Amino acid sequence: MGLESEFEIPVLTTTVEKMVQWARRSSIWPVTFGLACCAIEMMAMSCSRYDIARFGAEVFRGSPRQSDLMIVAGRLSRKMAPALRRIYDQMPEPKWVISMGACASIGGVFDNYALVQGVDQIVPVDVYVPGCPPRPESLIYGIVQLQRKIDQQKLS
Amino acid sequence: MDANTLVASLQEAVPGAQIEGVPSVDLQTTIYVSREELPAIARTLKDRSGLGFDLLAEITAVDFWPREPRFELVYILVSIPNRLRLRMKVRLSGDDPRVATMSGVWPAANWLEREVWDLFGIAFDGHPDPRRLLMPEDWEGYPLRKDYPVQIKMTPQTAQPLQVTEDEFRANVMKDRLSRG
Repeated sequence: MGLESEFEIPVLTTTVEKMVQWARRSSIWPVTFGLACCAIEMMAMSCSRYDIARFGAEVFRGSPRQSDLMIVAGRLSRKMAPALRRIYDQMPEPKWVISMGACASIGGVFDNYALVQGVDQIVPVDVYVPGCPPRPESLIYGIVQLQRKIDQQKLS
Repeated sequence: MDANTLVASLQEAVPGAQIEGVPSVDLQTTIYVSREELPAIARTLKDRSGLGFDLLAEITAVDFWPREPRFELVYILVSIPNRLRLRMKVRLSGDDPRVATMSGVWPAANWLEREVWDLFGIAFDGHPDPRRLLMPEDWEGYPLRKDYPVQIKMTPQTAQPLQVTEDEFRANVMKDRLSRG
């Protein structure tokens, strides 16, 4: 962005692409998808102590139609997998996924018949946040990493 | 009420029943009954005024593979009017694990029996809705059996099959369109 002093009023110039990237990364609306204990940390992250609103991602939506980001927080059972995929499919483009915690990323300690060994078998994952469960700071770091990724996504 | 009084009371109500009281280790009365006499004994336990076990708290099963009889079905009963608790067990063989449904006596048995069928593969004769409860409906095997593998390499499902047939689906869509004019 550059400041143009030729006009009477102060103006900032930029490209459409940069403005869209800025708008997208500055207002991420996550869909609530808490599946297990990781969801408690996710809620802590959105509350006043950790306050994810500082990064413009505070509005947790109950409807996938109004969301950009799905934070898969917790272990995903095989029976839940079709529901997760359906909610992901209902989200409008562009959309991103954070896989939060060991269980969502690789199955964690639950290496058994009932659980999906990593949600990347169901939906494409952008950022993996390790931990069991991750602290709210880790998840905030994950969201900042995702914002950097969104900042570099080209429009065309 | 200790096991001996309970067994005596039950034997008076159901003549000739094989009921086996076992010494309690945890202050809870425990009896074993046979599979054939379970319906009559269950009915007595619920309806007889001195007993009145009107709440079925839990049905679960234990797999003692490779021992025979392989399964033990455990019913936890509570009598609210008489403030009693009872653990009733049924031994079942591994070759033919089936037992009569108790959903006519205690309606709570419906889902509990579905759970036991889902995870242990014990069939309940006469059950009104014998589907799986927890696992996907097309799942193969019974996961809580001792001879079931822990890890299974299998691609997870990403879509659910339609709950209605295609014709029903089309009829619903047409009805919806007609109602909108």
